[in-house]
Amino acid sequence: MELVISLAIGIVFASGIWLVLRPRSFQVLAGLMLMSYAVNLFIFVMGRLWVDAAPLTPAGKTPDPAILADPLPQALVLTAIVIGFATTALYLVVMIGSRGLTGTDHVDGKEPEL
Amino acid sequence: MSLPWLDHLILVPILLPLLVGAALAPLTQGWRRLKFWLSYASVLGMLATSLALIQLTDGGHWKDGMGVYLAANWSAPFGIALLADRLSSLMLLLCALLALAALHFTQMRWGRIGVHFHTLFQFLLMGINGAFLTHDLFNLFVFFEVMLAASYGLVLHGYNAERIRASMQYIAINLAAALLFLLGTALIYATTGTLNMADLAARVPQLQGDDLSLFKIGASVLALAFLTKGAMWPLGFWLPTTYAAASPPVAVMLVLMTKVGAYIVLRMSLLIFSDSAGGAAGFGQEALLYGGMATIVFGAAGMLSTDSAGRMAGYGAIISSGTLLAVIGYGQASLVTAGLYYLIGSTIAVAAFLLLIELIDRIRTPRSAMLALTMEVYAVEDTPVEPVGRGVPAAMAFLSLAFAACALMIAGLPPLSGFVAKFGMFHALLNPIDGSAVPTAGWTLMTLIILSGLIAVISMMRFGVRTFWASGAIEAPKLHRSEVAPVLFLLGLSVLMTVQANSLFGYLARASDDIRSPATTIERVLTHPALPGPTTPTTPATSLDEVTP
Repeated sequence: MELVISLAIGIVFASGIWLVLRPRSFQVLAGLMLMSYAVNLFIFVMGRLWVDAAPLTPAGKTPDPAILADPLPQALVLTAIVIGFATTALYLVVMIGSRGLTGTDHVDGKEPEL
Repeated sequence: MSLPWLDHLILVPILLPLLVGAALAPLTQGWRRLKFWLSYASVLGMLATSLALIQLTDGGHWKDGMGVYLAANWSAPFGIALLADRLSSLMLLLCALLALAALHFTQMRWGRIGVHFHTLFQFLLMGINGAFLTHDLFNLFVFFEVMLAASYGLVLHGYNAERIRASMQYIAINLAAALLFLLGTALIYATTGTLNMADLAARVPQLQGDDLSLFKIGASVLALAFLTKGAMWPLGFWLPTTYAAASPPVAVMLVLMTKVGAYIVLRMSLLIFSDSAGGAAGFGQEALLYGGMATIVFGAAGMLSTDSAGRMAGYGAIISSGTLLAVIGYGQASLVTAGLYYLIGSTIAVAAFLLLIELIDRIRTPRSAMLALTMEVYAVEDTPVEPVGRGVPAAMAFLSLAFAACALMIAGLPPLSGFVAKFGMFHALLNPIDGSAVPTAGWTLMTLIILSGLIAVISMMRFGVRTFWASGAIEAPKLHRSEVAPVLFLLGLSVLMTVQANSLFGYLARASDDIRSPATTIERVLTHPALPGPTTPTTPATSLDEVTP
């Protein structure tokens, strides 16, 4: 399972990097989103991989750390998703503004001279 | 039992701008005057709070000069802790002073375009203050994002093609840096199991083997994020373009945001990678030293090559960042004090210069043309009133003298604060603590600092000569009091820093002693007691034997 997860994170992140380096702003946006997905998965995995383990303790019981998943990375990932979502939306707005103002979706605001 | 009310002051620099910013959001532009004064009051409140915090930390109210605030009353490694010590209180003061100058400057023009300027400005202050105060890595990320999100909006303030282009790059780079921040934080959590900085400092010495190397990787990735903000070469290419494009009051706050990166690097490297950190001691110092030096070279070269005043200010900020990072990486205790003095002085100098640029620009361009440029696209409900009447007399004399003062401060020539800062750094560099000879790195750093000063003089003089002496028939521009006052205020601060250099150095020496003793910080943060609840639980906590079948 570790191998599958790390491959998945690596491939998604690598695709993100490739897209971020592209000249069109929509590609950059898609790249940033892919990278943030990979990072979110990465944070999640940093709490170790657990199968069938709840992050919460039932009321009235003393928790046994051996059968519980680490809840903190899950909380962190939730925050990271929300913040990433908001900032990406903002980037999208700026992108549309740039498209309207410059008439091109190139990241430099002008078409490269051929 | 409740918390002494003075302890709640630690939270004020975060809560006040948050509440004021939120209250301003629904007000329409018709309430412009009210919005401005509310915003102004909030900044004055922050100023008073930071002065009070300095008094509390330095006056011996809190043990070891550190005030700890446990958010939601969770004791330290579990909840989020806020830490106000001498350094963070001073940074809060610097932030409030710059904000005051920037906000005053917006009174005539910049605060009148764009409905949500004041809201965003308050949120920006909240993020910066939070980043100075928090003692938790992930909370730091959140405050960074608050600060950045507000700055995205503010860089766009006065919407035109140039600003859009600059902020596209600015946003993309900062989003990528935020991802690095998350990666680093996750790796550090995975290896140490904590996000509290003091707890981290306590656990790092025990790390060994794979965990230690993974931790170092995590710390490096995290440092990349801070250094992107702090504009270390080669991560700082975004900075001059963004500074030159942003409106002057916003650019002033951006200068401070660069220093937030340097502040975090300073704090983390002294706390977590101190000499007592076992295998991780002194990690990354050489990278900081040489990276800082490369940054000085990059900034100096850029300053020499550029013609535009905005970019010159940006490169000035890069030089100051580079000097700071090199000073941090040099790893000598006495140097940190002078470095902190330099941090404050150079921030104020670049900020004053950025505000001045707009006023100087009026000599060159007819005012109406510039206004039209600013509001090219933005649908402004009412045209901002040009500062007419009540103009400042002797505008040209003011502009040229203020420019000369800024040039002296940025270049580090006597008699203003820039010189005192450089003198302090050279004094520390030439007097190694153990009395040994000055190492090659020390000589190189001194040479670079002197050269960068020389280059700053050359490029500032070139700009000054072209603007004030050689621009043909120039007409004295109309300046309004509200635009002149902030520049005078910042220059006055610099004079005050020079006159009061002795007491300021004393305070900074105590501040750097604080951050260089990780054991005290660890002890203070981790043993800070949570308050007992208002009612004791009636049912005793479940004991172990109930669970065993």
